[in-house]
Amino acid sequence: MELLRRAGHTNEQTVPRGEAAPPLEAPVGTTVLAIRHADGVVMAGDRRATSGFAIASRRIEKVFPADDRSGVAIAGAAGPAVELVRLFQTQLEHYEKIEGETLSLEGKANQLSQLVRANLPAAMQGFVVVPLFAGFDDRRRRGRVFSFDVTGGKYEELDFQANGSGGVHARNWIKSQWREDLSRADTVDLALRALFAAADEDAATGGPDLVRRIFPTIAVIDADGFTALDDDEIARRADTLIGGREEGGD
Amino acid sequence: MTMPFYVPPEQVMKDRADYARKGIARGRSLIAMSAADGIVMVAENQSRTLYKISEIYDRIAFAGVGKYNEFEMLRIAGVRQADVKGYSFAREDVNARSLANAYAQTLGQVFTHELKPYEVEILVAQVGATADEDEMFVILYDGVVMDKAGFTVLGGQADAVATVLEERYESGLDLGAALRLGASVLAGSDGSALPAEQLEVAVLDRTRPRRAFRRIKAEELRGLLAAS
Repeated sequence: MELLRRAGHTNEQTVPRGEAAPPLEAPVGTTVLAIRHADGVVMAGDRRATSGFAIASRRIEKVFPADDRSGVAIAGAAGPAVELVRLFQTQLEHYEKIEGETLSLEGKANQLSQLVRANLPAAMQGFVVVPLFAGFDDRRRRGRVFSFDVTGGKYEELDFQANGSGGVHARNWIKSQWREDLSRADTVDLALRALFAAADEDAATGGPDLVRRIFPTIAVIDADGFTALDDDEIARRADTLIGGREEGGD
Repeated sequence: MTMPFYVPPEQVMKDRADYARKGIARGRSLIAMSAADGIVMVAENQSRTLYKISEIYDRIAFAGVGKYNEFEMLRIAGVRQADVKGYSFAREDVNARSLANAYAQTLGQVFTHELKPYEVEILVAQVGATADEDEMFVILYDGVVMDKAGFTVLGGQADAVATVLEERYESGLDLGAALRLGASVLAGSDGSALPAEQLEVAVLDRTRPRRAFRRIKAEELRGLLAAS
């Protein structure tokens, strides 16, 4: 970050203060979640970005690889959030190449926490970015999930977390279904269902779009690294899952 | 006040070049060659932690021979330049040619202006979609840049090694064949190829999606060396 700042880049936002200025409406990304299972973690996010009551994007991506052992999912102001992810990815890779080894998972989470804190001035003006960070801890041989608050506070979650406007619905769904012995496939299904539950209750969260064939982004991170599931697989799972239980609900 | 002796610039340059060449000649050689699977780099290196070959960016690798602290500094500068450029613009905008030019500038500047030249020779290699698109730049201690095709040799016995390699190199080798060739050529006239413990091997694998650089170590290296 120091290096990029010297090269003229900074993510420390300076948003002009002005009481009279009308609030800016920038696209906002909504629901993301991360769930731990026996062999790793699953991260998922819906595909909708909203700007007020309008849909800003139907196909935005909110789950990104941070490096090949961890991922970051973003909720909040889409512009600064995507930029934050790019900076974070650059930093992890830079560290890895210079030092010849990757940062510990804890080290990566602390680094992300500093980036979120640097965004605080913009957050005070309404451009809040709160990422979820999850990865496979090579030293402890298990998946771990971290959430962040707007001041950069970093909190490790025991088993799962969901963020964004639909986060509370997703979290409740996961809470009722999560078990210690979930397999990877079960966890992917649980993530899909939780996102569907969020989309069902929250107007800013996009559900599976069967007309345009747009489905949530899902990534699994385990000892084999970060793998984003391809659209066809997600579509297949979504079709079978959601046809069943939710049909006919009001 | 003492008057400095006049030394003609030709003599200064020659002395510096001799000094740098002597330093480099003490080191061991390094080979890079275009193969079917990518660019294979093989170096004689007793250390398993202090590397001569390393990753700069997605498709670009760095290799240095000579004084470790000097080429390590150049490596770090290269990684920085590449990362800043990739972040400012796009990943595909980072290329070996502009890095090689930057290195040439630095080495040329140091050669003429500093007390002592760097005792290094470096390689900047960029793997392409096919072997024809591979790029290899060798930069010498005085900032001279050379654009190589097929294979190149750096370091101490570069000329002798290159002569042998010239006879035995062919395009389209697979990874194993390329590194066995490297190991045997580096051994010099002794005949038997160098063992895995004395080799540092890395490949810019053209089939890998983003970051092409991969080290070949321990078991994998022993396996590939033993196969024939």
